[in-house]
Amino acid sequence: MALRRVLGLGGALGRRSCCSKRPLPPDFVEALRAVVGGPNVSTAMAVREQHGHDESMHTCAPPDAVVWPQAVGQVQELAALCYRCRVPMVPFGTGTGLEGGVNAVQGGVCFDLSRMDAIAELSLEDFSVTVEPGVTRKALNSHLRGTGLWFPVDPGADASLCGMAATGASGTNAVRYGTMRPNVLNLRVVLPDGRLLHTAGPGRQARKRAAGYDLTSLFVGSEGTLGFLTQATLRLHPLPEATAAATAAFPSVRAAVDCTVQVLQAAVPVARIEFLDEVMVGACGRFSGLELPVAATLLLELHGSRHGLAEQQQQAEEIVRLNGGSGLAWAEEPEERGRLWAMRHSAWYAALALRPGCQGYSTDVCVPISRLPDVVVETKRDLQDSGLTGPMVGHVGDGNFHCLLIFDPQEPAEAQRVHAFAQRLGRRALAAGGTCTGEHGVGLGKRALLLEELGQEGLDTLCSIKAALDPHNLMNPGKVV
Amino acid sequence: MAALRVLVGVKRVIDYAVKVRVAAGGGGVQTQGVKHSLNPFCEIALEEAVRLREGGAAAEVVAVSVGTRACQETLRTALALGADRGVLVEVGEGAAVGPREAAAALAGLVGRLQPQLVLLGKQAIDDDCNQTGQILAAMLDWPQGTFASRVELEAGAVRVEREVDGGLERLRLRLPAVLTADLRLNQPRYATLPNIMKAKKKPLEVMAAIGVPPEPPLLRVLKVEEPPARQGGERVENVAALVERLRSSGRI
Repeated sequence: MALRRVLGLGGALGRRSCCSKRPLPPDFVEALRAVVGGPNVSTAMAVREQHGHDESMHTCAPPDAVVWPQAVGQVQELAALCYRCRVPMVPFGTGTGLEGGVNAVQGGVCFDLSRMDAIAELSLEDFSVTVEPGVTRKALNSHLRGTGLWFPVDPGADASLCGMAATGASGTNAVRYGTMRPNVLNLRVVLPDGRLLHTAGPGRQARKRAAGYDLTSLFVGSEGTLGFLTQATLRLHPLPEATAAATAAFPSVRAAVDCTVQVLQAAVPVARIEFLDEVMVGACGRFSGLELPVAATLLLELHGSRHGLAEQQQQAEEIVRLNGGSGLAWAEEPEERGRLWAMRHSAWYAALALRPGCQGYSTDVCVPISRLPDVVVETKRDLQDSGLTGPMVGHVGDGNFHCLLIFDPQEPAEAQRVHAFAQRLGRRALAAGGTCTGEHGVGLGKRALLLEELGQEGLDTLCSIKAALDPHNLMNPGKVV
Repeated sequence: MAALRVLVGVKRVIDYAVKVRVAAGGGGVQTQGVKHSLNPFCEIALEEAVRLREGGAAAEVVAVSVGTRACQETLRTALALGADRGVLVEVGEGAAVGPREAAAALAGLVGRLQPQLVLLGKQAIDDDCNQTGQILAAMLDWPQGTFASRVELEAGAVRVEREVDGGLERLRLRLPAVLTADLRLNQPRYATLPNIMKAKKKPLEVMAAIGVPPEPPLLRVLKVEEPPARQGGERVENVAALVERLRSSGRI
């Protein structure tokens, strides 16, 4: 794939090429079967291909074998076996990532952890619960129905919660409830050599702690390169008493983004504030059958008590009006709100539908709020100058936005323009004091930008930590560092 | 429309996300230690009743459950979701409560509470019977609007849109009436912490079944068993081999 090559995957920075693969040692698959049982090991091509890609456009890289451990003890045994035989290991949750995190670029064994799906230690007083990798965020919230609590991190996809911890996921609610990092209290990690580590100590879920280096935060966002996240203790939140959502159309991209900045600076505790440019709104409206004015749009949601909500609504309306926004109508029933958010969450598919037969690539920069209007406007101009199809959508409340670049994989010139645009955007964000990846992770495609972002010392420190925990580079090799 | 009382039936069932297992002996399914919750269709019925009250069309929503003491948990959830009070028609442990028994108990309660509208879920997810609403309407000789996907109250009547195989059917029923809720009627709210707290103070009455004498059940469960385990598939090289396999296994 032209874009993959051009993105410099593998071989960059003198690290081991991600394309070198060694065959499995003899009798290895038998040894895997001895741990989990015959039916829980597969070398069938269809199964391996299914586990060799996620939702990104990175080419499928199937592992040599897929295993389904049923308990953490089995994960430990399998890891110890792979470690002894120097076989790469790739953790797999739901395969809904966006950066090629599960692609087995050096082959090896894919650990599909979805059969470990226990929800345990739900504490309604402590607002915490522990979940295994097979539990997705919608399954957890469904389980919590009737308790008055929920887990608010919402990246759109119905992803594995442990997978969300592994990628440091975020989403539409982060502006009010935070990303995964502050909402993970403890992790049960199987290290590459099979040892078991509880990052905050076994069975602990203190809401705050000052006990030693923050290992929990180290493993959140480690993208499967430091160990298997086999259980996460999560912080739950009370469900809001009242919720209201609305869209507002603006005369320009700058007006919409300025409005966002002002809403935040007015300290309105907005729960979600999403930006869609006119291309995105047009695509989403068509895809979801909703009639929306084709203009730069904000989609916001407020949570609070009945009285508090009314106050927030008034404040938001005023700021929207001041910025030339129009068409603001509050949706309070769950059905209407559900329709608005389904429209937003289908953005990826709506963008792909703009050019059937094409592939998509999502950028993910995040900049300080004060720099957001300039960066967004400049990016929009760059998109138009480059002649690219790239509807923009984003969690502007965090300073994070995505350009969903839709391009023809058969057109090398277009792939080149997409790559150049992504590089310029990454560097524009870095120059504005931001990051090249706000929530999707580094995965396969952003390793070069990571060096520019952290600097040599930063990257060297990451490599030291990686070498300390995974000296043979067996955990998801070819990703992040 | 003043003082219109709505009675909502809520059933305690095994939670939809649980992997149900056959109980030892094959007489039923495992229920001990298994997560139970409010039947999803009953939740939809309850949500509709609460919206009628919030909109001013109804004055009171009474949630009722027919079962053992454990159903109090389900009623507390119903109270947290907006019901004004709860009634448990208690039966002994191990008593079979099928649609006929539930309808009989509800009919007795209707005599006492005099609601203008009874809202039930169209079916329970444990037995999938889809009978209680219909049997109840027959016992009371009330009109019925089943599989409701839209409900509108008027003076002395209710307009119901029903989802039927041929499409949508619109009926106008004189009150009092029995309605059963279908999936698309509404999207139920979640219970919030303040409402769960308030629900603890709402009245919940436990009573024995009224009026109708207990009858011997007409149905007896003979056996419950899991479906046969899935056999592995087989790959064949080409169409000729496929036809040969189909022929030799007697399928063609």
